Amino acid sequence: MLDVRGLSISFGGLKAVDEVSLAVPKGAIVGLIGPNGAGKSTLFGLVSGFLRPQQGSVHFLGQDITALAPHHICRIGMTRTFQIVQPFGAQTVRENIAVGAHLRRASRSEALDHAEKIATQVGLSSQLDKLALNLTVAGRKRLELARALATDPALLLLDEVLAGLNPQEITEVIPVIRQIRDAGVTVLMIEHVMQAVMNLAESVYVLSNGRLIAQGTPGEITANPEVIEAYLGHGTAARLRKAAGGQHA
Amino acid sequence: MKELAGILLFCALVALAPQFISSGVTLNLIIMTLYAALLGQAWNILGGFGGQFSFGHAVFFGSGAYAMAVLQVKFGWNAWAALAAALACGAAVGAFIGALSFRYGLKGSYFALVTLAFAEVFRILSNTFTFTGAGVGMMLPLKESTADLQFADKTGYLYLILAFVLAGLLVTWWLKRSRYGAWLQAVRDNEDSAAALGVNVFRVKLGAIMISGALMAAGGAFYVQLFHYIDPHIAYGPAVSVEALLGPIIGGMGTLWGPLLGAAVLHGMGELTRALMGDVPGVNLIAYGVVLILMVTFLPRGIIGLFHRKTKDAPRA
Repeated sequence: MLDVRGLSISFGGLKAVDEVSLAVPKGAIVGLIGPNGAGKSTLFGLVSGFLRPQQGSVHFLGQDITALAPHHICRIGMTRTFQIVQPFGAQTVRENIAVGAHLRRASRSEALDHAEKIATQVGLSSQLDKLALNLTVAGRKRLELARALATDPALLLLDEVLAGLNPQEITEVIPVIRQIRDAGVTVLMIEHVMQAVMNLAESVYVLSNGRLIAQGTPGEITANPEVIEAYLGHGTAARLRKAAGGQHA
Repeated sequence: MKELAGILLFCALVALAPQFISSGVTLNLIIMTLYAALLGQAWNILGGFGGQFSFGHAVFFGSGAYAMAVLQVKFGWNAWAALAAALACGAAVGAFIGALSFRYGLKGSYFALVTLAFAEVFRILSNTFTFTGAGVGMMLPLKESTADLQFADKTGYLYLILAFVLAGLLVTWWLKRSRYGAWLQAVRDNEDSAAALGVNVFRVKLGAIMISGALMAAGGAFYVQLFHYIDPHIAYGPAVSVEALLGPIIGGMGTLWGPLLGAAVLHGMGELTRALMGDVPGVNLIAYGVVLILMVTFLPRGIIGLFHRKTKDAPRA
């Protein structure tokens, strides 16, 4: 469904995203993980049209969408969320979600009805008339998800929708994401919360210093020495193995 | 629907005013308040709903005024046809300025400065060209008939400006309950989020500046018909730009009644200061300034904010 080939961008001398290729099959939940500053959000920016790649291409639903404008890409069926939530603060939750719903619904009442439906789906139905700026962090994350979902996307790009939530809230949102996939929406998610990635994703890509260093099932990834080193520092994998071996001896 | 009923009720009441008010001074005050409200409504569409703060709305006002005057005086157009052309002219100038500044992503104070600069450029140009009468300005010959959009009686002008204000109210009402309005407010609150949700930010902003420009041009056209005169300073000077933004900021930006409320308060206050301080030139401007500072400090959402704060923020169980 989404096919990214050799995508690169550098800011000054820094290669933020370097020759990244990845594929998201229809109906999957694919995870994208990596340490802070690995270039995950930049990659999202490139794929969703907010940044222009210097090299490479993005194909979506068989169409070359490289460097199309964000609103155009959204219209084709790919909607992103932002890591730093960006609600329309002065508007109510209902109005916020309706903006997304309006993409494919011209009538105001239809959009508002749809917003209500989506709010129920993500667990925001009790807060529909609250101003977005009065929501808690967890509420804003849900709103970010709801607005994107209201555009009826074929593919959702979720940028850390679980970051900043407490364990209780995380266990509440995980099934929501699974339901979204089960309803036919493909999901590509950046996530730091490993519990969620292990739980949800069938396939995981690992990004470090702008490059893809590993790909596989969550189980394979967590055992991959290169991934462990990217997170915990050079030589850690060997030391961990040694420590584990020492205990057994 | 409640708001629509309110709009119609308000217009009906104002339309009936001449039946009860015979004083020319009072009628004049109503006309000038409605006129200020119209300028505020125009600004409110772009500034209040679109978040694009223009500091040079005179550029649309003056273009409408000059289109009205030049077409009638130099080309012998009928006033009604000239009025239509003036509206189109305001929209066209809006499209031109909007295309340039929004294409290059000018926002906030940069956009404000660009609009101010355009108003100044237009003022200098109209001061130079002979077909606009240069510095002398233009006189509209007196032809008091409805066909010429001139009225012997103040009542005629009251109905004319009321029709414009009604149009402004209806456009604003439509913005509050339409897809386009939802998109415009989304762009105001967060452009990136709006774009991510499929909103064509550039086109939405362009639409807003064109509607705003057309409405502002209606104000300019009205001015010419009322005073039969226009010159570069009146048309493109900063006074009109300030008048346009003062009303909505004081009344409540991005609201239906804010510009009217603001205009009423300002004109009421102007009369009051005049009564108290006599005709000291500029004393009403000092009062405006003080009120503006107080409003921005203590009531950033305008007078309307006083009524809305409680109902909107309280979570409804």
